[in-house]
Amino acid sequence: MPRVKVPRKSTAIDMTAMCDVAFLLLTFFILTAKPKVEDPVPVDTPASTTQTIVPETDIATLTIGGKGKVFFGVEGFEIRKQLLLRMGEKYKIGFTPSEVERYAVMPSIGVPMSQVKQYINLDGDGRKEFKSTGIPTDSASNELFNWIYEARTVTKNISGKELRITIKGDSQEEYPTIQRIIAILQKQKVNKFSLITSLKGK
Amino acid sequence: MAELDTSGGGKKGGKVRSKKQSTRVDLTAMVDLAFLLVTFFMLTTTLSKAKAMDLAMPDKDEQKPDDQEPIAASRTVTVLLGKDNKLEWFIGVPTEPLSAPTVDNYGKDGIRKVLIEKSAEIKAKTGKPMFVIIKPSEKSVYKDMINIIDELNITDNRLYAIVDITPVEIQLLKDVGLF
Repeated sequence: MPRVKVPRKSTAIDMTAMCDVAFLLLTFFILTAKPKVEDPVPVDTPASTTQTIVPETDIATLTIGGKGKVFFGVEGFEIRKQLLLRMGEKYKIGFTPSEVERYAVMPSIGVPMSQVKQYINLDGDGRKEFKSTGIPTDSASNELFNWIYEARTVTKNISGKELRITIKGDSQEEYPTIQRIIAILQKQKVNKFSLITSLKGK
Repeated sequence: MAELDTSGGGKKGGKVRSKKQSTRVDLTAMVDLAFLLVTFFMLTTTLSKAKAMDLAMPDKDEQKPDDQEPIAASRTVTVLLGKDNKLEWFIGVPTEPLSAPTVDNYGKDGIRKVLIEKSAEIKAKTGKPMFVIIKPSEKSVYKDMINIIDELNITDNRLYAIVDITPVEIQLLKDVGLF
């Protein structure tokens, strides 16, 4: 008697649907991912147990590091463009449209107003080599005060929300520097701000 | 690849047909790669979110400096931040403190114990919560300030303020070699 042959089923699974899903998720994550912004100076943020996450819009960051150097950055291309124009008006520096465009993609700036034009026109490598001295915090030139003040005004005009100021300071930064910056903020009635910290257990 | 040919033997006889090639492509490797990338992006996006601690400073109104509520000295704990990650604390006013100024360090066995004890003690004595005044000296670093605020958050003391240090308090720090 001939044996009945059981027809063998294929072991291959249709991967098309799985592949679709995987790539859909991949696209989603790539689009939502934000490139990590490199700090202008190495900053080792102190650790704390706070879990509050900083918002991503209407926010300005003051990076403090490298022995009292202060860098200022604000989120949003449109806000940056207007901010630079207003700062130019205040300090009588004319910025060309292409310079404004170049500034709009810079995450932070840390040079005195007199060097801003020169700094914007540098290319990527040149900026890395440029010795940024930080924005002057003394009350004579009032530059940091004006950067913050103008950024707040522009944000208010564009998005209608209050700009949130965050301070990202290095652990070993001496307190007088922090004190000076807090004083600048308080001078324009910013009494509430956030301090960026890294996470640690209790 | 791993696919088995199950089409069975061809019919015998008849015309010789050119064998049709399968149009199926093996997607396993592609799916592997896609999921690897998904995992990577998922992990990096959630980890890069910055954490921030909110800080409210006491209002510094230059026009009305007297517009402040007095707080009883018996329920204020002053913490002076000195050098080398050390601090000194006392209750009351610096000229006649209600408890002798004590040097302590940050962390679980240092100021946290004090804060928990004194908070309960003051609450029991006066019926009002403890008020902590943080006075960082020029020799302290940013980390010290974060540490003390963090300890206050951990011990759930929401009443605190950061105030500029006075010469009397600097002298106190100098006496114990923390300035």
